[in-house]
Amino acid sequence: MDYETIEKKARRRETLRKAVTYTLLTVWGVMVLFPFYWMVLTSVKSYGAYNSEWIPKLYTLSPTLQNYVDAFTQVPLGGYLLNTAVFTVITTTLMLIVTVLAAFAFARLNFRGKELVFTLFLSLMMIPTELVVITNFVTITNLDLRNTFTGLILPSVTSVFYIYLLKENFAQVPDELYYAAKVDGTSDLKYLFKVMIPICRPTIVTITILKVIECWNSYVWPRLVTDDKAYFLVSNGIQEIRENGFGRENIPAMMAAVVAISLPLIVLFLIFRKKIMEGVSRGGVKG
Amino acid sequence: MEKKNWKGWLYLLPAIAFLGVFLVYPLLDVLTYSFEEGYNFASQTYFGTGLYNYRYVLRDPYFLQALKNTLLLVAITVPVSTILALVISMGLSSIRGLRELYQTVYFLPYVTNTLAVGLVFMILFKKTPYSDGLVNLLLSWFGAGPVDFIDGPYWAKMFVLCFYTVWVVLPFKILILTGALASVDQTYYNAAKVDGTSRWRTFTKITLPMISPTVFYLVITGFIGAFKAYSDVVALFGTNLNAAGMNTIVGYIYDMLYGDSGGYPSYASAAAMLLFAIVLTITCINLLVSRKHVHY
Repeated sequence: MDYETIEKKARRRETLRKAVTYTLLTVWGVMVLFPFYWMVLTSVKSYGAYNSEWIPKLYTLSPTLQNYVDAFTQVPLGGYLLNTAVFTVITTTLMLIVTVLAAFAFARLNFRGKELVFTLFLSLMMIPTELVVITNFVTITNLDLRNTFTGLILPSVTSVFYIYLLKENFAQVPDELYYAAKVDGTSDLKYLFKVMIPICRPTIVTITILKVIECWNSYVWPRLVTDDKAYFLVSNGIQEIRENGFGRENIPAMMAAVVAISLPLIVLFLIFRKKIMEGVSRGGVKG
Repeated sequence: MEKKNWKGWLYLLPAIAFLGVFLVYPLLDVLTYSFEEGYNFASQTYFGTGLYNYRYVLRDPYFLQALKNTLLLVAITVPVSTILALVISMGLSSIRGLRELYQTVYFLPYVTNTLAVGLVFMILFKKTPYSDGLVNLLLSWFGAGPVDFIDGPYWAKMFVLCFYTVWVVLPFKILILTGALASVDQTYYNAAKVDGTSRWRTFTKITLPMISPTVFYLVITGFIGAFKAYSDVVALFGTNLNAAGMNTIVGYIYDMLYGDSGGYPSYASAAAMLLFAIVLTITCINLLVSRKHVHY
């Protein structure tokens, strides 16, 4: 065997390996995308057409938007979306205020017992939500806050992990800036808003997006504290649509609702792709 | 100094208030609930303390079914998803063209609503009087008979559940593993290449040891996540999981608390404590095992 045949062989093997890799990756890519394709496809098939397909068709020649009309008129999908938006905005805002203040205290201020409290905070990260949900449910029920936004929002506000993440970032801001500000007579609060927050903006954006995703998808807590449809979030809404939905099994309209629910987050993801993926890889576990 | 002390606590106050009311107090409370026998929601009274709630839960056939389902789910999805994520990430890091596109696509399930997309899976797998569904169509090409994956035999339902769970958890694992693979020092690979090391050997002797802390982290979080499975199950089989025979431990807790069979916070608390104990034990075992096998 001369050098040339060896090289040729190696090159052929390399090409083969590449082909196999790309094929496998594409197969998984199709597996991921197919449900999305199917939900969009089904949502534009007409009710009659969908139900007459004994063998499901992979395309449709007569797309219709009727299902979207049905989804927004026959069931209160618009209300669910609005509720979720309100819930998400208020919860995220409250979370940001609480988190920023706490992270600032841990990173910048000195007070007795700080280390101890911080350790206690960290140990709280280990507590599973499932454990505390029971008492929270009783608390909220006793306070007569079922089927209110207050009851939905309050227990969902704090996330120890975000405090930790932001504290780490705040701690990286050089001390000199703080002392300079102090010499100039800047108050702590002003320093926080004029210096710390602008410098740490990327982290704040990251935790905001992660929280928005979390709120948009939350299911368990809303299910427990709301049984009045007027306060359902999208997850409960879709479950309600599935179980009592359109008066008949109307799968295309159901899929239209699913598309309407999924779209906002997918758009958010496509805009903030880098930030979201970076934020998640820094430790955001789903759920 | 005195003034500063006061100030620090003031900044912490909102966080402490929220965490205290909705995390620390409930934690202590759930423990007492779990020992209070016959707690009544309306009158807030109970008639004794003891281990009765635990005994009840452990004898409840619904709980045992939920336990079995959860254990099966954990035993299947954790290894499958970890290995699959490893294979995909290895593939991803060996290519250059289109890599960003693949990464973006693979991450999509992470940002979708579990309940909503679960519905799509249900439709793909479901067999109705009008149609056998797409998956059964595929099966029929291979000569396999139509199976009702949603209301049919246990193994079929379990299969769909595992499939959907893997689909949902993979984005996170792929993301973390690709990051870990990218951070392995290239000099090791170059040295291996100079020595003419085979690919498999490079993988087992360099790649795997270097990323083992990450793999280990994923296994632990995978275990914990799978033990808490709930919303994906609801998405596939509806809210009445006991009737479907597909309940999970978390589902059992919520059903006890609220739902058709609800109103028993004591039983729910006992079940929640059991879940916590299981998760804690597995985490500890994992930690012990990892001390022997994880290379840093």
